[in-house]
Amino acid sequence: MEVAQQELPAPAKTKETVEVSGSVALLESLIAEGTDTIFGYPGGAIMPIYDALYDYNEKLNHVLVRHEQGGIHAGQGYARTSGKVGVVFATSGPGATNLVTGLADAQIDSTPLVCITGQVFAHLLGTDAFQETDVINITTPVTKWNYQVTDANEIPEVIAKAFYIARSGRPGPVLIDITKNAQIQKFNFEGYTACNHIRSYRPKPIVRKQYVEEAAALINQAKKPFVLFGQGVILGSAEQEFKAFIEKAGIPAAWTILGVGAIPTDHPLNVGMLGMHGNYGPNVLTNECDVLIAIGMRFDDRVTGRLDKYAKQAKVIHLDIDPAEIDKNVQTTVPVWGDCKETLPLLTELVEAKQHTEWLAKFNDYTRQEVEAVIHNELNPSTEEMTMGEVVRVLNELTGGDAVIVTDVGQHQMVGCRYAKFNKTRSNVTSGGLGTMGFALPAAIGAKFGAQDRPVVAIIGDGGFQMTLQELGTIMQTGIDVKIIILNNRFLGMVRQWQELFNERRYSFVDIQSPDFVRVASGYGIAGKTVNDRAELTPALEQMLNHDGSFLLEVMVTKENNVFPMVPQGCSVSEIRLK
Amino acid sequence: MTNISTENKKVLPTGEDLGGAKQEFNITVYTENQIGLLNRIAIIFTRRKINIDSLNTSPSEIDSIHRFTIVINETEDVVRKLCRQIEKQVEVLKVYYHTNADVIWQEMALYKVSTNVIAEQVSVERLLRENGARAVVIRKDYTVFETTGHREETESLIKILQPFGLIEFVRSARVAIIKDSEGFNAKLREFERLEPGEEVIENEYLNQGQKVFTM
Repeated sequence: MEVAQQELPAPAKTKETVEVSGSVALLESLIAEGTDTIFGYPGGAIMPIYDALYDYNEKLNHVLVRHEQGGIHAGQGYARTSGKVGVVFATSGPGATNLVTGLADAQIDSTPLVCITGQVFAHLLGTDAFQETDVINITTPVTKWNYQVTDANEIPEVIAKAFYIARSGRPGPVLIDITKNAQIQKFNFEGYTACNHIRSYRPKPIVRKQYVEEAAALINQAKKPFVLFGQGVILGSAEQEFKAFIEKAGIPAAWTILGVGAIPTDHPLNVGMLGMHGNYGPNVLTNECDVLIAIGMRFDDRVTGRLDKYAKQAKVIHLDIDPAEIDKNVQTTVPVWGDCKETLPLLTELVEAKQHTEWLAKFNDYTRQEVEAVIHNELNPSTEEMTMGEVVRVLNELTGGDAVIVTDVGQHQMVGCRYAKFNKTRSNVTSGGLGTMGFALPAAIGAKFGAQDRPVVAIIGDGGFQMTLQELGTIMQTGIDVKIIILNNRFLGMVRQWQELFNERRYSFVDIQSPDFVRVASGYGIAGKTVNDRAELTPALEQMLNHDGSFLLEVMVTKENNVFPMVPQGCSVSEIRLK
Repeated sequence: MTNISTENKKVLPTGEDLGGAKQEFNITVYTENQIGLLNRIAIIFTRRKINIDSLNTSPSEIDSIHRFTIVINETEDVVRKLCRQIEKQVEVLKVYYHTNADVIWQEMALYKVSTNVIAEQVSVERLLRENGARAVVIRKDYTVFETTGHREETESLIKILQPFGLIEFVRSARVAIIKDSEGFNAKLREFERLEPGEEVIENEYLNQGQKVFTM
C-alpha cells in the first residue's frame, strides 16, 4: 500500500488520478495487496503485463518457472507455507490450460491463489485466434471464482475482489483473464481500495450460540470423545485455540493429511493419522468413540472408508466454515458452523476440564500393536535394503522436526506424512485431495519462497520427480535452496502395491526406468549424491542438509515394499489391515 | 418459506436409502447478473449427472437481481446438497427449494397447426377451447395457438392435436412463484449490510433425513 501511495498520489484524499495502463494498474494492485513474489511464464497475450513488470523488478520478485504447471504448484507451495495468497502469471491458450491441474489441486485443497492469465484482444474473442482458449469456461469447475476483464477500468476493483475471495472464508483459487487490449489501455487509476464485502458472498456463517452449547453438552457427556482435525485449523490460524480446546477437554485428536502439524507430532493428545494409510488406533477407534468432533475437515473418502460403516455409533459434531460441507458425507448431529478461530474458544469455555485416561490408553495400546507389526520394521529394518521409513526417521533425527516437508504423491507421500516429525504448523505441503504427481518439486520451490528462513525438504518418488523435473531449471536460475530426496524404488510404488494386493501381482506398466538423477541435477548445476548403502545414509543426509544451496539426494530403497496399515477400498475404517 | 435450511421444514415421504423418494423440486436462485454464472450453476448439476428438466432465468422483483427457476426430479436429500453447492457460488445470494405444492407454477406452450384443418374440422375448435388454448396468430396457411398451465395440460393438448397434423410444438421453461414468500427485498437489505442478521445466514441443518447420500 505504501509503495503504491508513494508512486501515485493517494487519490482518495487528493481526488487526483493518474493515467496508467491496465498492466501498471494490475501490478500496483498486486503490490497494494502485499504481493512480493509472482510465479510466472510470459507469452504473447500477457506481454504488456511483462513489459510493465520490467520496471517493477525491485518491488515484485518474478520467478521464471519452466512450465506453467510448475508455476501454479510453486504458487500453492508459497501460499501453504506463508499463509499469503499465491500469485501466478500465465499467457493465454496453452499457458492457461497448463494451470488447470494446479487450479483443481488448489480448489480441492482450499489453497488461496490469484492467477492472472493473458487473453487475446477482446475483439478476437470467439474467433479461434492464435492461442485463444475459452479459459473462463475451462476453469469454472476448478476455481472459487473467475472473471474476464476486457476493460482496464475494471482492473483495480476486480483484483481487490479476487484477493478478498481467494483468502476469505474457505480459501480457494481465483483466476482473472485479462484481454490484451485491457492490459494496454490507459485509464485514470483512482488508486486501490481493498475489498471487504460482496453482497452476494458470505465468507463465513454466523456462529450460533445454541449449537456451540449443544456441542459442549454432548462433549461433556461423552465417555469416549474423539477429535478429527483437518487443514481448517491451519487455514483459520486457530492452532492455539485448537490446542487449548483438546487440552482442556482431554480429547485424543487425529489428523487428516492436510491437518498434520496443526499441533506438534509429539503432543500427548496427538494420536496420529486418519484414513487409508493412517494409524491403527485412530481408524479402529473411529468406530468405537461415542462423540466424534470433526474440526475443519471434510470427511474425504480416503479418510472415511466405507461410509455406511463409518462411526455409526457416534454422535457427530462438525465444525466447518463451509456450510456445504455439513452433512455432505457424514450426517451431523450438531453442526457448529463458522470460523473455528471463533467457535473453538466458545466451545473451550463451555467444556469441562477432563482427562480421558482410559480412553487415551486404548489409542496407546493400538499404537503399541502398530509399532510391533509395522512401524518398527519400517523405521529400523533388519533387511539389507533400505526402507522409505528409515530415510524419514534419519531426517527427523537430523532436522529435529523443524523442516518444511514437501511430498509428492504415492507411497513416499504416505510414509513421509506418517513418519515425519513436525514441530510447527504450516510445515507439511502435499497434494492431498487431488493427488497430483509432480506437485512436490515446484511446490517446494514456492514453499521456500514462502518460508525463506526455514529448511525445505522435498521428498519425491522416482515417478513423480520425472513429471516436473524441468523445474530444476527454476532452482538453478533463482539459486533457491531446496533439498530434494528422491526415494527410488524403481517402481510406481503405490499402483504396484495395489496390483500386488488386488490384481494378483499383474504389474501393468508400473516398472518405470529413470535417468541418472544425480547427473540430471548436475546438468543444472545442482549438487547431488546417490545412496545405496545404509552406512552412507546418515552422512549423506547430513551432507545434504549442510550443503550451501540446493542438493539432490537419491536413496535407493526396497523395490517391493508396501505401505501399511491399509484400509482396503470398500472396507470400513475398523477393517484396517496391518499386513 | 422453505429454503435450504429449515424454515418451515417440509415433511416429505421418506424413502429407504436416499433420504426421500424422487419427486419434482423447484429450485429458486437469487443471483447477481453476471456473465458465466449460468454455467457455474449448470455444472453443479451436470457434474453429478443430474438432468435439469427446466431452467428459466428472469429478472426478479428487485432491479439488478436475477432469478433462476430450476426444476429437477430428485430426492430431497440430493436437492438440499445441490442447493448448498449453488449457494456457495460467489455471485449467488440465496437459494430456496420447494415441492410443487409449495409454488404456483406455469409453463407456456405454442402449437402450430394447419389453418385448413381447423377451418374444416369443427371438433378441433371445440377441443382447443376446452383446453383453454388461445390463437396468437392466424394466417391462411397456419395458426399458432398458445396455452399456459401445468405440464399435463400442455402435454394433453399435444396428444389432442397430433391426429390433426400438429406442425410444430414448443414449451417454455417453468416459472414459479413461491406461495409463502414475502419477496426478497428485506433479505437483500440484510445482504448489503456488512454484518447481516441471522435471518439470511441460516445455519441449521439438524437431522433432516437419516441416510447418507452416496453418489
